[in-house]
Amino acid sequence: MGRAAATTGLLAILILSVALATPGEAKMRIQQVTSPGGVTAWLVESSQAPLIAIRFGFVGGAVQDPAGKEGVANFVSGMLDEGAGDLRSVDFQERQEELAAKMSFDAGRDEFTGNFQTLTRNLKQATELLRLALTQPRFDVSAVDRIKKQILTGLKFDQNNPRTVASKEWFKLAFNGHPYARPVKGSLESVARIGRGDLQEFANKVFTRDTLKVAVVGDIDAEKLGPLLDKIFGDLPAASDLKPIAEAKPPLGPQRKIIEMNVPQSVAVFGHAGPKRKDKDFIASYLLNYVLGGGGFNSRLTEEVREKRGLAYSIYSTLSPYQRGAIYVGNVATENKSMARSLKVIQSELKRMAEKGPTAKELKYAKQYLTGSYALRFDTSSKIANQLLWIQIEDLGLDYIDTRNAKIEAVTLQDVRRVAKRLLKFDGLIVTIVGKPKGAIKKPEKS
Amino acid sequence: MAMAMTFALPIDSTRAASNVSHFKLKNGLEVVVIPDHRAPVVTHMVWYRVGAADDRRGASGIAHFLEHLMFKGTKKIAPGEFSKIIARNGGEDNAFTGHDATSYFQRVAKDRLALVMEMEADRMVNLRLLDKDVVTERKVILEERLSRVENDPANILGEQMNAALYQSHPYGIPILGWEHEMRVLDRKVAIEFYQRYYAPNNAILIVAGDVTGEEVRKLARKTYGKLKPRDERVRAARPKEPPHRAPIRINLDDPRAGRVTLQRYYLAPSYNSAESGEAEALDLMMKIVASGTTSRLYKRLVVEQKKAASAGGWYSGSGLDSGHLGVYTVASDGVAIKDVEQALDRVLTDFMINGATQKELDRARNSYIASHIYGGDNQVRLARRYGWGLVNGRTITDIETWPERLEKVNLEDIQRVAKKYFNPAQSVTGVLRPSAKTKTGAKKAVDEERKS
Repeated sequence: MGRAAATTGLLAILILSVALATPGEAKMRIQQVTSPGGVTAWLVESSQAPLIAIRFGFVGGAVQDPAGKEGVANFVSGMLDEGAGDLRSVDFQERQEELAAKMSFDAGRDEFTGNFQTLTRNLKQATELLRLALTQPRFDVSAVDRIKKQILTGLKFDQNNPRTVASKEWFKLAFNGHPYARPVKGSLESVARIGRGDLQEFANKVFTRDTLKVAVVGDIDAEKLGPLLDKIFGDLPAASDLKPIAEAKPPLGPQRKIIEMNVPQSVAVFGHAGPKRKDKDFIASYLLNYVLGGGGFNSRLTEEVREKRGLAYSIYSTLSPYQRGAIYVGNVATENKSMARSLKVIQSELKRMAEKGPTAKELKYAKQYLTGSYALRFDTSSKIANQLLWIQIEDLGLDYIDTRNAKIEAVTLQDVRRVAKRLLKFDGLIVTIVGKPKGAIKKPEKS
Repeated sequence: MAMAMTFALPIDSTRAASNVSHFKLKNGLEVVVIPDHRAPVVTHMVWYRVGAADDRRGASGIAHFLEHLMFKGTKKIAPGEFSKIIARNGGEDNAFTGHDATSYFQRVAKDRLALVMEMEADRMVNLRLLDKDVVTERKVILEERLSRVENDPANILGEQMNAALYQSHPYGIPILGWEHEMRVLDRKVAIEFYQRYYAPNNAILIVAGDVTGEEVRKLARKTYGKLKPRDERVRAARPKEPPHRAPIRINLDDPRAGRVTLQRYYLAPSYNSAESGEAEALDLMMKIVASGTTSRLYKRLVVEQKKAASAGGWYSGSGLDSGHLGVYTVASDGVAIKDVEQALDRVLTDFMINGATQKELDRARNSYIASHIYGGDNQVRLARRYGWGLVNGRTITDIETWPERLEKVNLEDIQRVAKKYFNPAQSVTGVLRPSAKTKTGAKKAVDEERKS
């Protein structure tokens, strides 16, 4: 790893070289570029393909939706390419297609992120479209009405999708009273209430330079990037106006809710509180979840539910660390008559893991996968940009890519066993089931 | 015309992967190597020239079932260990079955390439299946069918429409299989299928990533090169479609439908079965008519007339024997589906009479050429592009000169294929409606639950 700081004019560049996977390989060089106007981006230069990927994010996702108007952030994410500046929606989209620029936006619970790609040769005109989308979205009434209709249609379809319903209901139970309990896309009622003023207000308070994080990968150097950052993001207001979000109470059951739906296969979501990203045990928990339910065919849940018993095609669990609360949550789909059995197997696997932890071999394999596969996240421009963005959002530091594997290696079997006891509450699961599960699923018993 | 110049992209920049090497081993295994040295990783894929359209009559789903069973071990690898070994080596793996092809892939650090080549070569000829594993895995594919089809009315309709679109050709049979036939698939049928089709001389190896053609050639000789070719692996000719004489209509009422939706498929040739240039014209034509928010369908039905909440379409042209055109629309609340369908038909009729504008053609072409370049940034997509192409009868040159062939398509070509293939007699229209029960369906159950 080499570190060098350079200053060219007003452009500040901090350079960090990172080696991926195998020592001695060509290093990927991350430059931290700060524009004359004060916008900072992480840059990886690569001239292999004639294109540039830009990923960026702001603090403030669905948690910033006003009460009763859930779905505003998601609505905005569908509106930014629907007209901006002097270009009405059709003109904007035709221009975008002429330039072959790709642009998409996503509202998460805590963040609002954007994904942009352009061919190098169209950089100037394509980034002009991005600038307009972020700084001068039109929110024309006709476009607002059309996108609203599409969102409502999507929600209507979602009502009959057992997976979506199970997940929504799970969040409702787990985060009762907290903004995380609300669906990111909103509801039929709340979206109907949203008007163009709400969208504009959201953009004004969230799209600001103080919380902005930017990652750029591709055919561009730091000298060119500096002024470009100012062009795209420089017109945004300096300071955000976010409402403070309280810490969520860590979700804990036992709680079980069945939502009847006429489908042959039931879907269940199960889980409880998990570790936050900054928790000192996060990496140990990550390894633990890999062994338990995150490691596909290497995980116990897949082994026990799918491989040994054929009870499901899909079974997994994951850690979702949000900014104000974190969860361990899993998902399984099993034919109605066997759902009770699937859940019983899952619960007993959680119990076994909490009591005894993983074996030394399992932990070793988990480490081998997680360290060995890290490089697979860096093999396209947009994947690299995505990694660089999330490292910034989660505030893991410029050297994270270089130190991450060592952090995983440093976790001991004792660490994971301790974390298993602390994290997993087989008798405290919150479970939502959608379908027609047979065999009278009993309330979980306290042990 | 000036516009056309502005949008045209230099063709040489689309040949991102022109350093591709392509060769055959003595046992007949075809090999393609796509160097990409940005990250020290490789994507390794084996494509078999066999798919669900080669399932034995009455044993539908066997190609897909076998794909699952390929993870159940060999003499050297214990049942279920294959993916675990890949993961322990920091790799990811998966597999996929289509009507014409079955493919297996791993993504690993480059220094593990030899290992995955050895493992993939091993299971190409040494698969060992235990009855008990077969029986358990059969439950898994039935669960997969429940997830993908039975739990989703749109896919139930899609399956019915496909069955109607192909009256004789096996593209009408679902890749997953019909449930009653899946239930009786067993070890014997799987092994029969495996022994007939899995062999080096019926496969294509694609390696993309931080390697050179020479490195891969050496490794391939040491691994796959040791396998004996089996007898000529030619799939049986598939039944040809009879002429279609009348439009077909399928109505499905399902309380889970959510909104009234309409889909329509038209039979059309694929890149492999089309006359020269037709598939390229179909691709561009469907982009202009139906793909995305700048398409004719979206602009008329959704933006201007507001009769539909969404509308779109596609050209599916990768198949070996046939392709199809597809259009869909979701009716706006309170608008009769008949109205929406008429509006859709007017867009298609108008297009057949008046054709596209030069600006539309340029935009569509430009967007495809750009997607070709964007695809070059991603080694998995590149590997897939070559795998799909080769297994479906394309040559390396065909694959790499696609953007150049798009350049040759003119407005007359676009109009001609629209007239020829928007043919009602070769169409299947499916309408999915929430039945009367819907309004009290899932939503109400949720409310009741809340009270209790």
